[in-house]
Amino acid sequence: MCRLAAITSNEYFSPMENILALNTMKEGHDGSGLGLVLKNLGGEFEGLKDNPILSAICSEKGLEIMDNYMESLGFYIKHVWKPVIRNSPDIPRHDHYIANVYEYPKAYQDRSFKDKEDLLMNTRLTLRNMGEADSSIFVFSFYPDILTLKEVGDPLELAEFFGLDNDPLKAKIIFAQGRQNTNYQIYLYACHPFFIQGYCTMTNGENTAFIPIKEFLESRGNPGYMGYNSDSEVFSHILHYMARELGYPLTYYKDIVTPLTTKEIQGRKDRDAVLMLKAALRPLCIDGPNCVIGFTPDGTTFMLQDSKKLRPGIVGGVKGKYSLMSEECGLDRAVPERDKTEDMFPMKYDMVIVSPDAREVKVWNQLKG
Amino acid sequence: MEPAERLDNNHELTLQDLPYIIRWREDRCTRCGQCTAVCPVKAIEADVFSQRLVSSESNTPVPSVARSVIHVVKQVRDIDRYCTGCGTCALVCPTVAIEPEYNPHNRFLTFKNKKGEPFTRGGRRNDPSTSTLDKLKFTRISMLTDPALDAGRHEFHIRTLLGRILPAEKLPLEAGNSTLTVKKDAFIPPVREIYPIMIGSMSIGALSPPMWEGLAMGVAYLNEVENMPVVMCSGEGGMPPSLLRSRFLKYFILQIASGYFGWDEIIHALPHMKEDPAGIEIKYGQGAKPGDGGLLMSYKVLKLIAGIRGVPMYIDLASPPTHQTKYSIEEAVAKMIQSMSMAWGFRVPVYPKISGTRTAQAVLNNLARNPYASALYIDGEDGGTGAAYNVSMDKMGHPIASNLRDCYLDLVKQGKQNELPLIAAGGVGKSGNLAANTAALIMLGASAVAIGKYIMQAAAGCFGNEYNRCNLCNTGRCPRGITTQDPKLYRRLDPDKVAERVVDVFKSTDIELRKIFAPMGRSTQLPIGMSDGLSASEEEIARRLNINFAC
Repeated sequence: MCRLAAITSNEYFSPMENILALNTMKEGHDGSGLGLVLKNLGGEFEGLKDNPILSAICSEKGLEIMDNYMESLGFYIKHVWKPVIRNSPDIPRHDHYIANVYEYPKAYQDRSFKDKEDLLMNTRLTLRNMGEADSSIFVFSFYPDILTLKEVGDPLELAEFFGLDNDPLKAKIIFAQGRQNTNYQIYLYACHPFFIQGYCTMTNGENTAFIPIKEFLESRGNPGYMGYNSDSEVFSHILHYMARELGYPLTYYKDIVTPLTTKEIQGRKDRDAVLMLKAALRPLCIDGPNCVIGFTPDGTTFMLQDSKKLRPGIVGGVKGKYSLMSEECGLDRAVPERDKTEDMFPMKYDMVIVSPDAREVKVWNQLKG
Repeated sequence: MEPAERLDNNHELTLQDLPYIIRWREDRCTRCGQCTAVCPVKAIEADVFSQRLVSSESNTPVPSVARSVIHVVKQVRDIDRYCTGCGTCALVCPTVAIEPEYNPHNRFLTFKNKKGEPFTRGGRRNDPSTSTLDKLKFTRISMLTDPALDAGRHEFHIRTLLGRILPAEKLPLEAGNSTLTVKKDAFIPPVREIYPIMIGSMSIGALSPPMWEGLAMGVAYLNEVENMPVVMCSGEGGMPPSLLRSRFLKYFILQIASGYFGWDEIIHALPHMKEDPAGIEIKYGQGAKPGDGGLLMSYKVLKLIAGIRGVPMYIDLASPPTHQTKYSIEEAVAKMIQSMSMAWGFRVPVYPKISGTRTAQAVLNNLARNPYASALYIDGEDGGTGAAYNVSMDKMGHPIASNLRDCYLDLVKQGKQNELPLIAAGGVGKSGNLAANTAALIMLGASAVAIGKYIMQAAAGCFGNEYNRCNLCNTGRCPRGITTQDPKLYRRLDPDKVAERVVDVFKSTDIELRKIFAPMGRSTQLPIGMSDGLSASEEEIARRLNINFAC
């Protein structure tokens, strides 16, 4: 099992908070990797909200290839962030960890944001293709106000490796995953959280319905629905598909991934729509044990459980700062000042939704709709 | 002078030429005559032999010879009365004195063509080897990283959908701030939530009244008492008028085939129907006998059958191998699907059934483009039939596994794997592994499976097997009373017992399906296309089906 630590706040905070929370849950991850996604960035990124940030790991050769390609597309570097690496004997160091902030190519500057999003995604996919075979380029995200860091190793050691304890890097939403390597080889592209065009999820679990879901997503005709080095990547893509492509409100994500029985649906006011979704998106039903934590472009964060509630998950906090964690000890580390009696343990019908800026938290019950 | 061939029986067959040899034990037989009376083909008869007995009654051997006449049960060597191995004689024998034994050295097919008539029979393909479906295993076992579910404790939803499913992009939905609403007056194709094992098409006429009634009662019980939405197909030949007008019609799929038998009655009943049927099946082919039409022999066309089918009594009812109106799939099939849809106001799923074939994908792709086609039913070569030429049964057709898999992967390529459900049939449960075969087909891509022969065997004890046992369905002399219209034969069959067995079969199979799905971590939806769960025991099969090979 992996361990998850997500924090959403109305103030900027350091990713160290997530990592220290992860460290309290160390029994649940084996230090085989860390994934960090930061959204609503502060510090040096605060004035660059509209510019896309390319988060990648490169070799010397890969960096040159990447720079040349980006230049050929007309992307110009506006700002560069690089972690100050402190070498560790346990962490095999890559040549470059980069987060470059770009200016859009001139031809795209007046285009719609949707067009820009597609350009960014396609650029990311091309870079991935260029560097995947020889591992010269790993690109995790290319999107405004999003920064991703991934590496193999123990989360706390990696935090020191990246110098996060001294770096002023801050954000208002940070997702962190401490990896428990299971079915797949330790591979950077298999590390959560997964991000696509504003939508991000990370999962604690095992997706037994992976193949039918993967085949369904791959056949949607969206080039971004690829990769799948981890069976959890589909959770991000399902969210993206239902929210961005189909335009459904967020709570229907729960209806799609853990559908109610036909009898249960009869109790919903929107039963006709839910029945249609259940049929039309039948292959997207997840099975097996899964706790999914995600965010959407507007900064809403959420947690939901599989239909048997087979994984741990807790949400708690105070107005202005909520945390969505695998375990209570992580929550205690992240928001110790909260009223513990208000903690939420979402069960099989629940979806806990924290509004942007951590203004409020509500539990949406699938049976009631 | 007597010709030599008459003296040495040279133009007769030996018992070793026949598929079954009767083993009769003189010492046990009481000569009650039940076996000879019950034999459906008169393969055995009472006879007398002269016997030479040597005995001695003194203290020292003083043999005396006497001749006496004894009564025996003798197997005839006439190929028209060959022992079919049904074993009805053994069933009725009070002293276990008789039983047929399969003769693997038989040369039956070499001789079974008298008067230029090829061998015709019922049953399924006579191939007792292990089927592909039985070479598939479920090897993705959830363990510690993804805990297995508990088949006895957790909730399982073993249901599937029958009907054309609109892709999400085409759903008539409007998104508000937090809810979705359905646009008014939008056409939604009819979709039924059913149990993933259907009882396939077997007609009243092919089946005896108690058999059909037993199946129908079992299906109604499963739906109304056990809450298992099992559906059953009428087969070609209509349904009893009272059933057409009853609330139970919703558990039945009405089949229309090339003879259109029974449809006069159905059309007349339309205005009086209280419920819509579960679906309409247009039969274009049958996996057991591609290229062979249906034939209900005249002696099966009694008053009840003639009434339901709207034909005179005692005439042969032949359904042509092809629909006479069918000249192209683009037009004729589309029109037929549309006409049938229209008859029920587009409220009933309409789908075609074809026999397994290398050209199945061409049909599939045509249906995928037809928005009114509700499913594609592919019937593999191991399916059963009531009457066909042996050559059609044994040598024509396509196995279901790769045919289904190709079609499913074709739909995956087009992104339509959830829009057009595939129904797979033909050999499901051939070796008794109904749940395992069903689950394997589902994981290869089937939305549902259909059974025919299996339910006849399990619910009514049909003797037929892949060693050409019995297979008398076409003769109307079914010794179990399943495929006969002769009251003397079908009175042997108690419809209540058939119904009970149908319920037994579905309930036990449901438990077995849970036992398969639970350790694979699947419970919420049917694992359609979950091919990573399957492995084949032969590398070639694994490669062909694009699944794992495990040894």
